[in-house]
Amino acid sequence: MFSWAAVYVMWLREMKRYARAKSRVLGSLIMPIFFLAFLGLGFRRMPVPGLEGGLSYLHFLVPGIVGMTLLFSSTMQGLSVLWDREFGFLKEIMVAPVSRVSIVLGRIAGGVTTNMFQAILILVVSAVLGFRPRSVPGLLLGFAFMILIAFTFIGFGLIFASRMKDMQGFGVVMNFIVFPLFFMSGALYPLANLPRPVRVLSYIDPLTYGVDGLRGALIGSSAFPPVADLAAMAGFAAVMVVLGAYFFEKSESV
Amino acid sequence: MDAIHVEKLTKAFDDLTAVDAISFAVPAGELFGLLGPNGAGKTTTINMLSTLLRPTSGRAEVAGFDIVSHRDSVRRSIGIVFQEPALDGKLTGRENLEFHAMMYGLGKVERRERIDEVLGLVELADKARVLVEKYSGGMKRRLEIARGLIHRPKVLFLDEPTLGLDTQTRRRIWEYIKVLNREAGVTIILTTHYMEEADFLCDRVAIMDNGRFAALDSPRVLKDLMGGDVVSLEVDGNPAAFLYEFSDIDWVKTRNLHEGEVVLTMERGERRIPEIILLAQEKGLAVTSVHLRKPSLEDVFLHFTGKTIRESEAGVAERNRAMMMGHGRR
Repeated sequence: MFSWAAVYVMWLREMKRYARAKSRVLGSLIMPIFFLAFLGLGFRRMPVPGLEGGLSYLHFLVPGIVGMTLLFSSTMQGLSVLWDREFGFLKEIMVAPVSRVSIVLGRIAGGVTTNMFQAILILVVSAVLGFRPRSVPGLLLGFAFMILIAFTFIGFGLIFASRMKDMQGFGVVMNFIVFPLFFMSGALYPLANLPRPVRVLSYIDPLTYGVDGLRGALIGSSAFPPVADLAAMAGFAAVMVVLGAYFFEKSESV
Repeated sequence: MDAIHVEKLTKAFDDLTAVDAISFAVPAGELFGLLGPNGAGKTTTINMLSTLLRPTSGRAEVAGFDIVSHRDSVRRSIGIVFQEPALDGKLTGRENLEFHAMMYGLGKVERRERIDEVLGLVELADKARVLVEKYSGGMKRRLEIARGLIHRPKVLFLDEPTLGLDTQTRRRIWEYIKVLNREAGVTIILTTHYMEEADFLCDRVAIMDNGRFAALDSPRVLKDLMGGDVVSLEVDGNPAAFLYEFSDIDWVKTRNLHEGEVVLTMERGERRIPEIILLAQEKGLAVTSVHLRKPSLEDVFLHFTGKTIRESEAGVAERNRAMMMGHGRR
């Protein structure tokens, strides 16, 4: 039975846990901030081919780091089912008389909220370093891209969490899947610089379209038309959420 | 009406039949126990009845609903306290209960009323605003029992409710369980591997071993089956031969050999001891020690399974080790 109360209470639980986990919040912000500060400042004077209007590397980098923050925190969010399994709370969730879809939706709603909060904090830090988004409508479009990236990778994390029995596969997913997705997305450099065979892989990486779309929205410079990026991201988000919910439904809780 | 009705319920994992075609019924209002060693299939049975695991074959109804085709109705009718804590340590006691109440669709007013009520019952009202990760084991268990009751379940499952708790806490939890069953009329199914727990609490007990029921009746009837008294003897020489001598004596109800001791049950054991010693002398065997006591469920378990519950657990531990070596981690 679908239950809005269940969606809400799953979301509420996420908010409470997030508000109480100060070290977790700080830990997840520090890495992207280092990337921003050191890469952004270190490569400050490097010209980026194809970037219009004399924008600095920092402007090129910020959408990439926002994408990276969302990639990592959203995947972790999806995988957090594993923590619930480890600490036994998953059984309490699974034995409740509500549909699995309401549980998944609540989890995703909670994840998107906290991840957007983190991504916005990164934008604030970028502003301190000198980053300026092109326009207010651009910023709003950027938010749309950020939400789609969050949906995509929470679904992605849920798929893996449903296939794994315990925490052992966690490092494997992070090192062999999430890191390559990050590097292949063009978050740090223009994809045109990659050799052709690698670039083919980039084209199936959802984050590629997320980061490119964010660039289009925030700094007005993108490799693909923004509409194409938006369509691709919406498609990825829909597929990942449906698959994530499907696999979560199928997984056994004990 | 039966609160639980089970027919040939079976759960098979890759290379192990955890529950092997068990059938039983529990009338509403009963306090029913599944007694057996770890690995006997008790938790798997509970997991199937609470819809967490799908049975391989057979069928079961809980509160009148089929556990496979009417999962949500079953879920609404039951409360469950798992063997391992299933609480969110980053939430307070009250927040854990609120989470549960909202999941079960209780409205705001009813929620507050019920939560206050169950917190009072398990005497945790003054700790309700503390994070659960700061709770002791006994407090967690009490909170879970409280949580299982919020939505007024018809059937409450308790999987090893006092495992790992100290004697004093165990006594208190027994009291709660009795009160719930007697005063609130909740049907309770509990699993345990503590003999005295099953004996003290349960109206009826199923003795479970290797996925099957070895016996099912009230603790009193089960113990009476053993005859009046248990007499255990240490003998000089071959105890198996000694045991054989008692095979055609009619006042001996059951005979078992356990850890080199001869264990006999009989009526009025204190009167029979001289006779036993005399018999031993006739056969040229010396009795070095005699012990007389009332039978416990432990004796019942030994009688029906040929081993004590502790030995069964050692066996399971060994089997698990062998499985891990053979197949790697599952």
